[in-house]
This record gives sequence, C-alpha cells and structure tokens, in this order.
Amino acid sequence: MFMDLVAIALLAGVLGLDVVSFPQIMISRPIVGATLGGLFFGAPFAGMVCGAALECLALEALPVGASRYPEWGSASVVAGAVGSLGANVGALPRPGAFAVAVAIGIATAWVGGLTMVGHRQLIARFARPRLDRLAAGDMHAVMTLQLFGMTADFVRAATLGVLAYLPARFFALWCDAHWTVNAPISRAFVVTCVAAVAASAIWKDFHAISGTRRLFLASLTAGTILVAMGA
Amino acid sequence: MPETTIPPAVVPTPGDPPTPSLGTLAQATIFMRCLAIQGSWNYEQLIGNGIAFCIEPALRQLPGGVDGEAYREALARQSKYFNSHPYLASIAVGALARIEIEGVAPSRIERFRTALCGPLGSVGDRLVWASWLPACSLVGLLLFGVGWSPLWVVSGFLIVYNSGHLWLRVWGFRSGWKNGMRVAVSLGHPVLQHGPRYIGRISAVLGGLALPFAVHRGIGGGEPFTTVPIGVAVFTPLLAVLLVRLPARVQGWLAVLILLAALVLYSVIG
Repeated sequence: MFMDLVAIALLAGVLGLDVVSFPQIMISRPIVGATLGGLFFGAPFAGMVCGAALECLALEALPVGASRYPEWGSASVVAGAVGSLGANVGALPRPGAFAVAVAIGIATAWVGGLTMVGHRQLIARFARPRLDRLAAGDMHAVMTLQLFGMTADFVRAATLGVLAYLPARFFALWCDAHWTVNAPISRAFVVTCVAAVAASAIWKDFHAISGTRRLFLASLTAGTILVAMGA
Repeated sequence: MPETTIPPAVVPTPGDPPTPSLGTLAQATIFMRCLAIQGSWNYEQLIGNGIAFCIEPALRQLPGGVDGEAYREALARQSKYFNSHPYLASIAVGALARIEIEGVAPSRIERFRTALCGPLGSVGDRLVWASWLPACSLVGLLLFGVGWSPLWVVSGFLIVYNSGHLWLRVWGFRSGWKNGMRVAVSLGHPVLQHGPRYIGRISAVLGGLALPFAVHRGIGGGEPFTTVPIGVAVFTPLLAVLLVRLPARVQGWLAVLILLAALVLYSVIG
C-alpha cells in the first residue's frame, strides 16, 4: 500500500506539473493520465476507459488564460487508479469502480483547480520580498522564484493525488461490493452523461466558425450509421 | 474570441539590422527553459519572471557577461509583468532576446514588451486552447473508439498534439529572433491567422465521428441493435440538448457529478 501511494504521488506530481508549470506536453490530459494510473495497477484498459470518459468532460473546460479551470492531471491519475480496482488487463472497469472513478476524477479536478489558485497566490507571496532583487537584475532571484514555483506545484499535485486516492480507493471498493445496478446499464449511464457533455461542448465551442455545426451533425450521423453497421 | 489587432509600434520598418548569431547550446537551453516558462506563474507578475528565466542564456552575450551592468539591467527589465500564451511566448522570448542583444533603447524595449502581451495572448488562446487541444483530444477519443490499444491511443494523442505544440515553440522562437521588433511578420503567419477556422471545422468532423465510436466502446461494444446501445443513442442527444440550453454558468461536469452521485447512492443504498 505504501508503494502504491508513493507511485500515485509521483505520477500525480508529474502530471499535475504538466498542466501549467512544465512542460505542458499534455501528459496531464485525462486520456493519458488515467491510462497511466490504470497501467500502474495492472489494468491500463480500465484506466483508459475512465480517461476517455473524463476526456469528454475536459472538452468543456478550456484552460484559457488566467481563468480557473479543473486540474485534470492529478485527478486523472486518481481516476485511472480507482477505475482499475478489481479489473484485469484488457477488461472494462467494474461498474461501481467506474462510476466512482469518474465522480472522484471530477471532484479531484475541481479541488485541483482551487489548489492551483492557492499555488499562484503562494508564488506571489514568495516573490514579494524578492522584488527588489528582481528589480536589480539578480539572476539567482529569477532562478529561485522559478524553481520554487515548480517545486511547489509538484508538491501540490502529489499531495492532492494521495489525499484523493486514499479515501477514493476504499469508497470505490465498498461501493463495488454493494453495487446493485446491472453492470451494462450502470456503464451506459456513465457513458451517456459524459458523451452528452462532450457533444454539447463541441456544439458550443466551435459555434463562431460558420458551417461547423452542420459538419458536426453530418459526421455524427455518419459515425452513428458506421457503428450501427458494425464498422 | 476577438480578432487580433497588431499594434502599430511593431509593424515592419525598413533598414533593420541583420540577424545576430546565437550559439546552438544557448538556443537549446532557451528552448528547454521555454517549456518551463509558466513555472512561476502568479497573479502579480504572470509570466514575467518566466520570460527573464528563458531569455537569460541569450543575455550572457551582452557586454560584461553575467557580471556586467547591461546584463543586470536587461534581466531586471524582462522580469517585470508579462502576459502571453505560453507557447507563443517563445516569439516574445526570441524577439526580446534579439533587441536586448542589439542594444535597443530601454524605453523602446519596454513599450515593445507591453505591446506584445495582448496579441500573443489572444492568438495563442484561439489557436491552441480553443482549437488545437480540443482537436487532438477528439483524435484521442476517435483512436479509443476505433479500438486502438491503450499504448497506441496515448502515443497517438501525444504525437499528434506535440507535433503541433513543439513546432509552434521552435518556430516561435526562431521567428521572434529573426524578426526582432518586426513581430507583425510572425503574427501574420497563415497558421496563426487562419488555423483556428480550419482546425475548428476538422474538429467538428472529428467530434461527430469520435463520439459514436467512443460511446460504443465505452459501454463494452457488442450488438448495436440491443436495448442498452439504443437507449444510449436516444438519451445522449436529449441530455446534450438540455446541457446546451442550460445557462452558461452551469457547467456540464457539475451536472455529471450530481447525476453520478445519484447513481452511486441509488445503487448502494437503494
């Protein structure tokens, strides 16, 4: 269990760091983070399914400018790890674990967004006593501030990952043991919810570009027909 | 998002000096540092300190090196408040590094620096956060939907996204360095000007194709003409229409969280 927590902390820390601080190569996106979380617990496919669900939700919240947005990096690791509980390699997540993983992923991302605000305020507080040195062109002050910000971000995300994973793991196991809703219906419920958010996000995101809504509807129809034909 | 206007102060002017040289090691160091440009992002300086952090290797070329007055003055100037999209900030890093090396008057550098903030922020937000990222996200969902393995879905998404991301950073720095104060040339690049429109259209197609496949795989695949897939095909658009009609302040993920909490409660207690 201790080693699990160490791994969650490291993974959540690195992916949380990727959201804003370094290097923004989008390993923090849910479809990557949750797959990695699931991979660590031996069920990458279950993690990926949770990641795809969260990716649908992440389409809605674009990380534009200084706005507050959910922090999907550490949240995805937690969701992937929770979703992989009880699942085998190549198997879908268990119904209870899937629903709880997606819910915990959303909640952790929301809390993560709040911690990012706190992190930015912390850097500003750390910078204030050093403003004179920055104004004097002190290279060490520039480096110190940069390193402090990144270290604090890593610690923030790692701590969030561990604090979210610990209760979520036990809650998901308990829920799964007491789950009464039929597995296919339970999965369908979760997938319907997230797909609806993705569809509404696409509809709203690209409305300013002429013709995009017609293209979306046409390709949605084509995609549905292809799935119905078993393509 | 609003159309970007290029400030008159940065429009090309004739008789600009030739491009100065910058060593490969310095370029590589600046590129690596650009990946951490938001490392000290805060509500007071925004990425100001990050700009100084990225430009610092180039400033070592100033007379007197790291112990010189010119180096300290330039570093002090560059650590002040600055706002930009993190990827397009590389244009600013290149341009500001060049004009510092060329010894442009400090007041002119400061005016130029202030003028850069708006365009680089809005162009980057439109191109990357509102277009490229969602498009690549939909590519990831499509790869998932058509049955790729976890390794290939993750690799596919990261390769597609970062081919654009890293190109933008490298091109941005080179273009900024090459053009210096003539940053309008960089901002006039067709990808920056027209990219969001084309990527938006491609995203709409990708989204329409990705969703049915991803949904089908997410529910476990199987025969499409059975109760569960048909139910999903009926209820998903209905819920999507409801979400579109909800006030903008109501976030879809919050609605999903409430619905999932209800499902969990019903299933374990009901």
